[in-house]
Amino acid sequence: MLILTCPYCGVAADETELTPGGEAHLTRETVGADDAAFEGYLFKRENPKGVHFERWRHAYGCGKWFHAARCTVTLEVFGTYPAQTTEPPKDIRDKITAKRPGWSWRDFG
Amino acid sequence: MSTRLARDGRFLNKSKAIKFTFNGKQLRGFEGDTLASALLANGQTLVGRSFKYHRPRGVVASGAEEPNALVNLGAEGRFEPNARATTTEVFEGLKAASQNHWPSLDFDVGAINARLARFLPAGFYYKMFIHPRPFWKYIYEPFIRQSAGLGKAPKARDADTYDHFYAHVDILIIGGGVAGLAAALTAGKSGARVLVIEQTAHWGGRAPVDGGTIDGLDPDEWVKKTLQALEKMKNIILGARMMGTGIYDHGYVLGYERLTDHTPDQDGPRHRLWRIRAKQIVTATGAIERPLSFAGNDVPGVMLASAIRDYVVNYAVSPGDRTVIVTNNDDAYRTALALKDAGLEVPAVVDARPEGGGALMQQVKDRGVRVLTGKGIAGVSGGKQVQGVKICAQAGEGAVLEEIPCDAVAMSGGWSPVVHLWSHCGGKLLWDQEKAHFHPDIGRAPTGADGEPFVIPAGAANGSMSLANVLAGGVAAGQMAVERAGLKPKRIATPEGDSVTEAPMQPVWMMPQGAGVKLRNKMWLDYQNDVKVSDVQLAAQEGFESVEHTKRYTTLGMATDQGKLSNINGLAVLSNALNADIPQVGTTTFRPPYTPISMGAIAGEARAELFQPIRKTPIHEWHDDNGAYWEPVGHWRRPYCYPRDGESHADAVNREVTNTRENLGLLDASTLGKIVVKGPDAGEFLDMLYTNMISTLKPGRCRYGLMCSENGFLIDDGVVARIDDDTFLCHTTTGGADRIHAHMEEWLQTEWWDWKVWTVNLTEQYAQIAVVGPNARKVLEKLGGMDVSKDTLPFMAWADGQIGGIDVRVYRISFSGELSYEIAVRAGQGRALWDALVEAGQEFGVMPYGTEALHVMRAEKGFIMIGDETDGTVIPQDLGLHWAISKKKDDYLGKRAHERSHMVDPDRWQLVGLETIDGSVIPDGAYAVAGGTNENGQRNVQGRVTSTYYSPTLKRGIAMGLVHNGPDRMGERLEFPKIDGTSVFAKIVDPVFYDKEGAKQDV
Amino acid sequence: MSDILVKIHRAAPYGMITLRGDLSSTALQKAATDAAGVAFPETGMCVFEGKSGLSWMSPDELLVLMPHDQIQSTLAQIEKALNSTHFLAADVSDARAMFTITGPHWRDVLAKLTPADVHPDSFQQGHFRRTRLAQVPVAFWQSSADTVTLICFRSVADYVEGLLVNAGRAKSNADYF
Repeated sequence: MLILTCPYCGVAADETELTPGGEAHLTRETVGADDAAFEGYLFKRENPKGVHFERWRHAYGCGKWFHAARCTVTLEVFGTYPAQTTEPPKDIRDKITAKRPGWSWRDFG
Repeated sequence: MSTRLARDGRFLNKSKAIKFTFNGKQLRGFEGDTLASALLANGQTLVGRSFKYHRPRGVVASGAEEPNALVNLGAEGRFEPNARATTTEVFEGLKAASQNHWPSLDFDVGAINARLARFLPAGFYYKMFIHPRPFWKYIYEPFIRQSAGLGKAPKARDADTYDHFYAHVDILIIGGGVAGLAAALTAGKSGARVLVIEQTAHWGGRAPVDGGTIDGLDPDEWVKKTLQALEKMKNIILGARMMGTGIYDHGYVLGYERLTDHTPDQDGPRHRLWRIRAKQIVTATGAIERPLSFAGNDVPGVMLASAIRDYVVNYAVSPGDRTVIVTNNDDAYRTALALKDAGLEVPAVVDARPEGGGALMQQVKDRGVRVLTGKGIAGVSGGKQVQGVKICAQAGEGAVLEEIPCDAVAMSGGWSPVVHLWSHCGGKLLWDQEKAHFHPDIGRAPTGADGEPFVIPAGAANGSMSLANVLAGGVAAGQMAVERAGLKPKRIATPEGDSVTEAPMQPVWMMPQGAGVKLRNKMWLDYQNDVKVSDVQLAAQEGFESVEHTKRYTTLGMATDQGKLSNINGLAVLSNALNADIPQVGTTTFRPPYTPISMGAIAGEARAELFQPIRKTPIHEWHDDNGAYWEPVGHWRRPYCYPRDGESHADAVNREVTNTRENLGLLDASTLGKIVVKGPDAGEFLDMLYTNMISTLKPGRCRYGLMCSENGFLIDDGVVARIDDDTFLCHTTTGGADRIHAHMEEWLQTEWWDWKVWTVNLTEQYAQIAVVGPNARKVLEKLGGMDVSKDTLPFMAWADGQIGGIDVRVYRISFSGELSYEIAVRAGQGRALWDALVEAGQEFGVMPYGTEALHVMRAEKGFIMIGDETDGTVIPQDLGLHWAISKKKDDYLGKRAHERSHMVDPDRWQLVGLETIDGSVIPDGAYAVAGGTNENGQRNVQGRVTSTYYSPTLKRGIAMGLVHNGPDRMGERLEFPKIDGTSVFAKIVDPVFYDKEGAKQDV
Repeated sequence: MSDILVKIHRAAPYGMITLRGDLSSTALQKAATDAAGVAFPETGMCVFEGKSGLSWMSPDELLVLMPHDQIQSTLAQIEKALNSTHFLAADVSDARAMFTITGPHWRDVLAKLTPADVHPDSFQQGHFRRTRLAQVPVAFWQSSADTVTLICFRSVADYVEGLLVNAGRAKSNADYF
């Protein structure tokens, strides 16, 4: 039962007030994409033991989608940030580096 | 035999007698008794039978760890199986019955299993019931089912109520013993929000029974004083009869409060499940005494030494006139002193340690009690009651040195901290060689959202065994919790605990240490599941090296007590058998709940009419008053049909269809989703969302659209109306309103966040009424207010105006194929408009129709329904909806997916109409078979039915289905086997059965 | 003795307008404050004067509250003020039901049903909390010392009333706050 703080309204929301949305920072592939790229977009997902970036929606609150940087092992939350971005903000990446030196996730690290 | 003592008990109110029954026999107890203490007071030492061998079982413990004294409580709506007698407070009229025996507790046929014990070793069920295979279903399974389980499952509906409570605190303290109270005092002084919970009805834990002094006071006095201080603090809430059930991620804890179990006549909820969020948690959960493994240690009358002390001191119960004490530590000597204080005999203390104990042993000796050191018990005489013990050398193989007659045996194998809650969320353990127990590894605590520890063990739960250490640990834990919660700790004077210094204990995992197989066969580890030392040794011998595997193989530590008494002893036996160290073998995983909790508490208020929300349209009441037969659609309730007197549902549906086609029908379509999409980029946005072109729609007009997921599969459909240049109103399916609004917001927020589009879900703002049939226009014209003629308001147009003086928006859309107006009106006016239409429609033959008539009419027209023709694997192309897929658009959600090889495969099943040869109705979900069989020997299939109805219009069964190459096979016959073994045959036809030209809707 | 711990009242229809737009724009702020006659709410807050108020719903959504007979005029006023900008104002009055829960134990009643922290240190007058009540979304705010006002969707009003009445039975009082 996680608590994630919604970066829009500041509410420390109970997991039951949120809906999960899977992996964050996917790039939409569409017409013109080859089969491998499109397959990756639709079906290939990270399943890390450790640092992970996820999408959540504050469904029972302000209704906004946001991202959470979280450790899948300890459930430590490194930070939450708005969804209108294509990569995790630097302050959160720095925080992860301080706590999990040598981490990497897809192209980030 | 056990009996009541003449003295007072700490918990007893002897002035208030209470009558209760056990197996139908009326017995007497006192206010303050538990069922276990009251049974013992009545000489009822035999309280149940064990699971496998149906061995006689007596009370062993005095608290939540009790494995044996499980009873059926109550009757009818208040029946509960597997209740622990040791945690059940007696009340007037309590009815208890023992479990797992037939025909009676005293004479049990199943006990024959005990005679067969050597044929029922560990893993017996796995070994026995595998071969021959066919025996499983008819012989083994019924046999196992009959003998499985302890208590009976309740049959009646639960007569009690339950609720939940969400509490947010800085510090939660679990356990109201002196460590917990010291922590509470410390935390409370800092001003933190503190909740302290205690699973029993009494505060203070073991200290008042075990003796010593706190700040020079008797522990009882100190507890009373401390409670008074805590009750004065407004920031502290004290909750007795509330168990810490489990600790979960991010400081989430479940607390299980038993409100009226002890006063069942009291009104109000029986249990309350507390859903607690705590910044810091102190687990002051105490310790549990371990049994000793000697032959016959399961005979009724053999109890934990601490439990006997509890019964004597707290409940004024004598376990028997003569109690032999067997121990490997000093603590058990306290039981000897308590018994002597009560005037009872202690024929001997059998101490396995060659040197014996320290100051406590001396005190006992000074009271004239015989102490045998370096000795153990080689056997217990008696069947349903202890009659004596056989003494042997602990170092030997069990040669009997002497026999001592006695009525009870008090055993103590040392103490295990209750580390369950610490461990639930990942807290790790350390093995203490000296005390022979696992205790929390403070360096590896459970961590929370910030990556920092959030659980702090205190007192005996942390491995502290002296009163001074317990109190100091409580204060330290309170301080640490305050600091970690981000508050400023206030210093308080640590209460000074003073107790007798104890000599070291000596681990004893088997008594005597060299016992042969005959004795080991009678040494019980797990009383509830009948697991013996020999079973665990056999498991190890057969290769079950992992403690988790051994648990499953032998059933050690399973069922309601989850091995609270047996786990460490079993683990030690396994380690010895594997020749490994105990920490190397490790423990099984501790999982919540700490002890079982009621299903009612989990459900809380969610039962009966509050089981789940029922969504009601503004016209719901009218439907109810007019005999609607309800159909659940998502959380909505919609009228399926409106049966009249004597009418079957099928008759009603046929009447409603016919009347709508011939006269006038009204449908409450309020549940349809209505989402406003507005902004300069709204058209482009909807072009992405729908497969067809929406941006070219003219204001004032409507267009049917399809939505697909990125996978290409159909997810929703509906009519879009363009309100003005910037604004669209999107209708969704009933079930799709919230989902599609969320879908829109997701794309706007996470992909196209620079697009200027706003959405609002207005589904509930409007009631929507479909006025359908040849007389539809007439009734609207009669009510008057706006021009609804074909010229002004043609098919697929909409207009704002008034009908009968009510502001409305009218859409000329049809899901039935008839002349149809869907009228949206403010929800608050919905009922008024409906009533007006019903009244004005009388002369035109108006009748309401339900969802089934709607389905029949749309199927007659060949209109698809999301959820019938689609199932998450169907693309629009499968349904012949190519016309609704724009070829002009560069992109839309699902477009790339529609290019995938599987989606353009010509072998995909496609939509057709199906007309039965004999006019009957094809069963729902029927498959069309093809030649040959698949690898499982089943007939190959070439299609399936997606919608099937009796058409009162065509007076025959009609259906739609997805069929291999269907559209190219018009006129072919397909066979649909039915479950009765016969088949129905159908001809492939066009899916539009009625008015293919659409002449009737466009008038 | 009454079994009712708090008074639960389903309010008469109330005027509510959803206003979506850029809440940081001065034009929108002015339009909203002019329409409601109250100050602009901060994140997660609401501002009320009499029957009119503004509630912060999300970073791009406000709920404008007003007496029911002023819906059309207020809507027209907002539409006019924001005419040339990108916004969406919609009457949602009929899509909602409103309840007041009155009595010193209103926090005890809410805490049975919502995971939101309603402790007086965390939830006070001025806060506007969107959350979950058992299985449905709601929003609530403290409207006076001993009253909390709650809004939910109209279709589940009976369910919400059932929840509140059930949780408000005197015999089930947790008496925590």
